[in-house]
Amino acid sequence: MSEVSSIPHSNHDDHHHHKETFITKYIFSQDHKMIAKQYLILGVLFMGFIGVAMSLLFRLQLAWPEQSFAVFDIFLGDWAPEGVMDPNIYLALVTIHGTIMVFFVLTAGLSGTFSNLLIPLQIGARDMASGLLNMISFWLFFLSSMIMLASLFVEAGPAAAGWTIYPPLSALPQAQPGSGMGMTLWLISMAIFVASSLLGSLNYIVTVINLRTKGMSMFRLPLTIWAFFVTAIIGVISFPVLLSAALLLIMDRSFGTSFFLSDIFVQGEVLHYQGGSPVLFEHLFWFLGHPEVYIVLLPALGITSEIIATNSRKPIFGYRAMVASILAIAFLSTVVWGHHMFISGMNPFLGSVFTFTTLLIAIPSAVKAFNYITTLWKGNLQFNPGMLFSIGLVSTFITGGLTGIILGDSTLDINIHDTYFVVAHFHLVMGISALYGLFAGVYHWFPKLFGRMMNKNLGFIHFWITAIAAYGVFFPMHFIGMAGLPRRYYTNTAFPYFDDLANINVVITVFALLAGAAQLVFLYNFISSMFFGKKAEQNPWRSNTMEWTAPVEHIHGNWPGEIPHVHRWAYDYSKPGQKEDFVLQTTPLGKDEKETEH
Amino acid sequence: MTVLLIITILILTGIALWQITKIFELSQLGQKKDDSQIATEKDNDLNGKLMFAFLVFIYAVTIYSFWTYSKVLLPESASAHGPAYDTLLWISFAVILFAQTLTQAVLHVFAYQYRGINNRKAYFFTHDNKLEFVWTIIPAIIFFLLIIYGMITWGKIMNFEEDEDALVVELYAQQWNWKARYGGEDNVLGDANVRFLNDFDGKNPIGIDSSDPNGMDDFVVTQEFHLPVNRKVIFKLRSQDVLHSAYMPHFRAQMNCVPGMITEFSFTPTKTTDEMRMNSDVVDKVNRINKIRFENSKLLTAKGEESLEPYQFDYLLLCAKICGTSHYNMQMKIVVESEKDYEKWVAKQQIFSEVIQ
Repeated sequence: MSEVSSIPHSNHDDHHHHKETFITKYIFSQDHKMIAKQYLILGVLFMGFIGVAMSLLFRLQLAWPEQSFAVFDIFLGDWAPEGVMDPNIYLALVTIHGTIMVFFVLTAGLSGTFSNLLIPLQIGARDMASGLLNMISFWLFFLSSMIMLASLFVEAGPAAAGWTIYPPLSALPQAQPGSGMGMTLWLISMAIFVASSLLGSLNYIVTVINLRTKGMSMFRLPLTIWAFFVTAIIGVISFPVLLSAALLLIMDRSFGTSFFLSDIFVQGEVLHYQGGSPVLFEHLFWFLGHPEVYIVLLPALGITSEIIATNSRKPIFGYRAMVASILAIAFLSTVVWGHHMFISGMNPFLGSVFTFTTLLIAIPSAVKAFNYITTLWKGNLQFNPGMLFSIGLVSTFITGGLTGIILGDSTLDINIHDTYFVVAHFHLVMGISALYGLFAGVYHWFPKLFGRMMNKNLGFIHFWITAIAAYGVFFPMHFIGMAGLPRRYYTNTAFPYFDDLANINVVITVFALLAGAAQLVFLYNFISSMFFGKKAEQNPWRSNTMEWTAPVEHIHGNWPGEIPHVHRWAYDYSKPGQKEDFVLQTTPLGKDEKETEH
Repeated sequence: MTVLLIITILILTGIALWQITKIFELSQLGQKKDDSQIATEKDNDLNGKLMFAFLVFIYAVTIYSFWTYSKVLLPESASAHGPAYDTLLWISFAVILFAQTLTQAVLHVFAYQYRGINNRKAYFFTHDNKLEFVWTIIPAIIFFLLIIYGMITWGKIMNFEEDEDALVVELYAQQWNWKARYGGEDNVLGDANVRFLNDFDGKNPIGIDSSDPNGMDDFVVTQEFHLPVNRKVIFKLRSQDVLHSAYMPHFRAQMNCVPGMITEFSFTPTKTTDEMRMNSDVVDKVNRINKIRFENSKLLTAKGEESLEPYQFDYLLLCAKICGTSHYNMQMKIVVESEKDYEKWVAKQQIFSEVIQ
């Protein structure tokens, strides 16, 4: 049992009656709850809106290629002469959509919101280990977001080399218009983003290790905290590698080095670069890029674990197996990056190695899925919107994850690499699944964030429309991929071979528009509930974890008086012999009660 | 005007949503008024049933997709290693579909069956080592078998021998077209580098080193390249500017083209273009495409433009790695033909020493 207590912050109580100005309370706040809200609004709502809107624009182009649309005229201006989208801006939209969704929404938005909100509240800490670093982390993220958005307005357009920005395409302004100023801003933005992410992650790690309240041993932590904790560790290990790749690329672009470039002839000119290799960049990028998938996914799975247990009124099944699979996934995630590079020209022997490690990672993933399903078994399921999205996550995680068996196999990758099959796979397994985790978290912890309840009926509508539309968008996409259509094609009608896929593209776009419309329901629900929602009670979902023992009104330091101590694990739901079907972690064991073996 | 329209639509959508919530609330009239925004027994019942309906939906989407979309999939493979690839693919698919059908069923049926009822207590069940062991070990065994099978196939495809009678072809990528180079009489490609691209006033489009005697009988083709059927081809891949990917889906073949590097891939074509045109899947596909082209032609002729020519199947070399503006149209025709026709085609090509004279 941990003897770590609240000592470092025990005199914090004296602080919370300090006068706070508007600026220190709402803008340059060091309070983790306010920073969580800032991440939610900037990272999830604002950037998410832009990222999704971009995808709808290029979906229109894919369904009705080279047709004139008034929306293109409005939003793309000169990049859509007479309302017809230009191929370069198509690639730019794809690139920025990917960048925003992966990094800004699902990394910063998801971890930033829920790690910040829940780590101190669920482990019983007054705040993060360093409120100042936390604030700096958010404002670096803000700066990074603004630079990324500013890149949309440079004359030649934003970065357009795909979110993976492989050089030489991203390195040479002669190779495409987006590789000029747009790419410079992309790289600066991402470098700042990495700094922000590292400050945040270090803070999360230190807080979880040092600031747990008395009695909160590692194996009493809710799975949310395990997920956030391990996510932060993966982030600290892998993000610096992206930073180094970005810096080397900046050197190649601006200072004439040849890290990633060699033997290049572009626009009638032989360039001076000698001896570098683009494959080196691929290694560096995917050393972050693959762990990134789990940086996105693990917090969503952590959130799901908590919500499924609470709403099933049952302990999460196999708590230790869940922790072990989080750790296994984290470890394996750093040794599988080569499965993105089977046909990059790297040694085929490495292909075998990476196939092996990649399919290994399917085992802990399968264990997690089975454990979720068993948690539902003989439960008393409360279908709150958060629960719907959590079950939805398990469903899309299975559907999307299974096709990983095909993509992770170097042999099969040969013919579907860089086709729409890949797009379908990763959107389901990391895009949709992580977004479902995000939505589940927002619905579940909205009362904690804003002291009000979200409208459940709108939540139901939001979930069911999204669930149907998500399958409608991504299921058919597997087939156009297996038909051989490469991704990032501006249109599939430039030559006749793929003409018969046009109908399927229309179906996909219609479902995408439907999905987009469903998110407006969420946005409306969010904003209206923030101001007019029903006032929340202290523990609306009758949950066990510590955040529900803190008062509804946010106070600096989280708990008035002393921080409660923890006496049990987080999942004593429907424990025999208890009056209620939940027991707060802070409730001492009864006289004859034994601690649950888990 | 459009902006106004969009704003109006947004406002109307807002009102519509507000009305829908009202309807939901009205439908709950008559019961005890509950505005807690926490799921009630009725909500649990409705959503639990919808969970079951969603399982049916997933199955329906799966069946519908396989039923209607499987016709767009690639036809049978046209290379020697293709059948092994396809077998592995369909075995993997069988495993996936089995797992998908089963786990989705269990997930959604549990969600339906155990939808919440007031005053029922859930079963307290924290862990079961035996059960967990079983479902760790079963996927582990299945994945292990798939890995072994995959690795063997991978080894066979990738570790090709550089035997003498294999035809060596260089595929040369640039923004945004392909060129192919053949070794000529000696079947050996001469050295090449981007430094030589500007030699001979642009008559050296892929940068053959004129000081290397091996290169003198090489020839370069654009638009289309030919391969003799049933003879092993070793592809050497180069790119002059950015990353490209040589993707030949009908042969189950793909490899990236990396500036500064020569990458390799090999396959043996087993079906000539003419044979493939007779394949029933291909015939169906061509008919479907021509129907679309016929419809489009009607629109074009109505506008006074030329109508589209009927489409005929050809093997394609596509670019599958994002490479800039015309990435979507970077393709080259591949013709597979009998050895005799191939020789005839080769005889017509102009070799490098003739080109630079």
